[in-house]
Amino acid sequence: MQLAVLGGFVMAGMAPLLHRWFGERTPLVMALLPAALAVWLLARWPAIAAGEVLLLEWAWVPGLDITLSFYLDGLAWLFAMLITVIGSLVLVYTGDYLRGHRDLPRFLVVLTAFMMSMLGLVLADNLVTLFVFWELTSITSFLLIGFNHGDLSARRAAQQGLYVTAGGGLALLAGFVMLAMAGGSWSLAELTARGDALRDHALYLPLLACLLVGAFTKSAQFPFHFWLPSAMAAPTPVSAYLHSATMVKAGVYLLARLHPALGGTDAWTLSLSLVGAFTMLTGAFLAIHHTNIKKLLAYSTVMALGTLTMLLGLGTPGALVAFVAFLLAHSLYKGALFMVAGILDHETGTKDVTHMGGLRRVMPRTAMVAAVAALSLAGMPPLLGFVGKELMLESALGAEHYRLPVVVLAFVASFLTLAVAAIVALRPFFGTLRRTPRTPHEAPPGMLAGPALLAALSLLLGLAPGRLDDLVMATVAGLGAVDHEVHLSLWHGINLPLLLSLASLVLGLAVWHRWDRLRARLARLRPLMARGPEAGYEALMAGMVAGAEWQTRMLQNGHIRNYLVVTLLTLLGLVGHALFFRHAPSLDVPVEAYLHEAVVAGLMVAGAVAACVMRSRLAAVAAVGIMGFSIALVFVLFSAPDLAITQLLVETLTVILLVLVLFRLPRFATLSTPTERARDVVVAGLSGLMITLLMLSVLAGERLPRISDYLIANSQPQGHGHNIVNVILVDFRALDTLGEMFVLALAAIGVLAMLRFHAGDHEVGRSLPREHDDG
Amino acid sequence: MEPLLAVAIGILFAAAIYMMLRRSIVKLVIGLMLLSNAANLLIFVSAGLTRGGPPLVPQGLAAPQGAVADPLPQALVLTAIVIAFGVLSFAVVLVRRAWEIVRADDLDRMRDTDT
Repeated sequence: MQLAVLGGFVMAGMAPLLHRWFGERTPLVMALLPAALAVWLLARWPAIAAGEVLLLEWAWVPGLDITLSFYLDGLAWLFAMLITVIGSLVLVYTGDYLRGHRDLPRFLVVLTAFMMSMLGLVLADNLVTLFVFWELTSITSFLLIGFNHGDLSARRAAQQGLYVTAGGGLALLAGFVMLAMAGGSWSLAELTARGDALRDHALYLPLLACLLVGAFTKSAQFPFHFWLPSAMAAPTPVSAYLHSATMVKAGVYLLARLHPALGGTDAWTLSLSLVGAFTMLTGAFLAIHHTNIKKLLAYSTVMALGTLTMLLGLGTPGALVAFVAFLLAHSLYKGALFMVAGILDHETGTKDVTHMGGLRRVMPRTAMVAAVAALSLAGMPPLLGFVGKELMLESALGAEHYRLPVVVLAFVASFLTLAVAAIVALRPFFGTLRRTPRTPHEAPPGMLAGPALLAALSLLLGLAPGRLDDLVMATVAGLGAVDHEVHLSLWHGINLPLLLSLASLVLGLAVWHRWDRLRARLARLRPLMARGPEAGYEALMAGMVAGAEWQTRMLQNGHIRNYLVVTLLTLLGLVGHALFFRHAPSLDVPVEAYLHEAVVAGLMVAGAVAACVMRSRLAAVAAVGIMGFSIALVFVLFSAPDLAITQLLVETLTVILLVLVLFRLPRFATLSTPTERARDVVVAGLSGLMITLLMLSVLAGERLPRISDYLIANSQPQGHGHNIVNVILVDFRALDTLGEMFVLALAAIGVLAMLRFHAGDHEVGRSLPREHDDG
Repeated sequence: MEPLLAVAIGILFAAAIYMMLRRSIVKLVIGLMLLSNAANLLIFVSAGLTRGGPPLVPQGLAAPQGAVADPLPQALVLTAIVIAFGVLSFAVVLVRRAWEIVRADDLDRMRDTDT
């Protein structure tokens, strides 16, 4: 299994090569991979149906408990089956949809990579593995939405989708880490078994919140729903595959997967069922605003995702059965409808349903497929959508908390969905034939095969829902309701859900009938819509850009002293915090010094301070010299003769150099205001104080065993030298000294180069080597 | 003596930083000198001070008798002094060249590469 998924990535990379060999037939060739995987999955079905669980483990980063382990139970099987079957159909469809497109190989690369990431996501057992695949789906989705990257709106939509889902991904990562901390394992299978401990853990609420944000952004739940309709800028095969059948279900999948571990608490039930129900309503309500067929379908996908979340929130065995049935039904009909929408776009050249009409006569087969799929969307018998919707309404009626709002929201959503189904299936195909930008023809067989198969499945499974009993039972077992007897049937008798369905049929048709007038009325709500979550997203993005601009102008303004001040203040804050709150420095240090030592120290300080206040350069240089010679005296007094000699020599050279070079420069001018000077005095004074306090606490602290003892003991026996410092420099640390010589040589070359070129030749002066000042 | 020198080093650092925050390049260079001296002294003092015990091995012996000053920081500081001199001489010549071209001792007048 791992081999198949990883091999799939390799195959994705080979798409351009395959394209060179097979040309236009490449998508068909590549469709063989998911088809083969589907067959492999089918062969595993008897074992899965019997309740077995396949666990395939591969060590990945054993030290960190990260494994590439795959876990195949009923739930994973269902998702994997959807991914592979719809994946192969979408690839076949792409062959005709993007026939002759210049970037077909690129499209195939990303689409196949997505397919494998998604497969990895639903099969992964390890949280880290799952997260990696999760992010891969976000990235491939970004690349696919932005496929037409010449188009500004596509780029913006791609960015929006990425920011929202990857932002949620960060929350998800935090949630996973907390989950692993609370549950003591990175394996989903083990975590599922430790549900009780997790639900009572102190981290339960924060980890749930993080996981929900991750899942909600991915599955386009309110208030993150806005990225999904924007994502319709992607080519239609992508919309059909990623943004209806698979990727957007990843969030729902995760929630389902975690249901046995985290579900059942009040927080879970409340947040999922309310957010789900509200998303359901938002999706259905916003759908009827739009005339763009893909947007209509996208909002109805939002509605379906809300339904799935709500059903998970309700969490009763009945609701879980409804979840599985609705999920399956939705993937089948929505995939088909998107492909039909792609056909319409492809053949007529427009996406606006109000510009289409009467297409039934020119494309009867497409019309048939659309009708069947839309009936399923509308939840009409005898299609699978009906079974799903009945179960959904039944579960809503069985809700333990907030029954009334949940039922009302579910009912409103269901009749609005019915209206959407009617708009999508009836508008383009019935009525008078309208002129469209392109003259429509019947779709090529490759494009029709996918939707036709999916629609046929909707119909067949709707007629015989009992065939699904085993599958639903195996999946529901993965959701935590083990040994729940399931019997799906088309006819439940005359009961409340059926009556609600009838009422929604009437209301839905009424909405459809008055759709044009209704839309005109709803247009007045536009100003209100403009303040929705999408506006919040835009404001957040603009704010981030403005914040970055402000911060750059503040911190990166090109003045070196500004950088220094910011760096120093940050350092002061951090070190000061650590010093005072972790160590509590004491000023209680005994001072014992001879008078001459104190005088030398005083001379040193006086030299440094004088260097700061002198108005003439020469005087400042002399003051620095006084300080340097006092330091040499300190070296003499405290047993460092080599240092003293070096310091004296260097100090003499420095003073000579400064006097020679700076002699011709004018006196210091006063360049800064008193305020600036006061600020600098404060910053400098605080830094000095911090250094002193640090040194005092270092001196008061314990000494570690010294390396020097080794050096002292071995200097003569091994280095054959009596001056230990010299032996260290030329023997123990000879390589350092070699490096030092290089630095000096480079500095000398730099100095020579600068002195050789004179002020007159500006051109040469500008190209001086600058890289030597890193010594 | 160490606490006294700790205070002195603090003042040296403060002076160095104050000078490095000036607009004048020459002052910046003087600040650099103060800073390298202060840092050298910091390393030297941090290891503890020893009076009258230079790290030398008397002739004919394999190891010094009695306590001697820590030789390792001395070796480090020695390297640092020499490198600081190299950096300083480079910086000084650079300042001179800059002054020849820009005719100003003001960092704010050197903000672009076209002067």
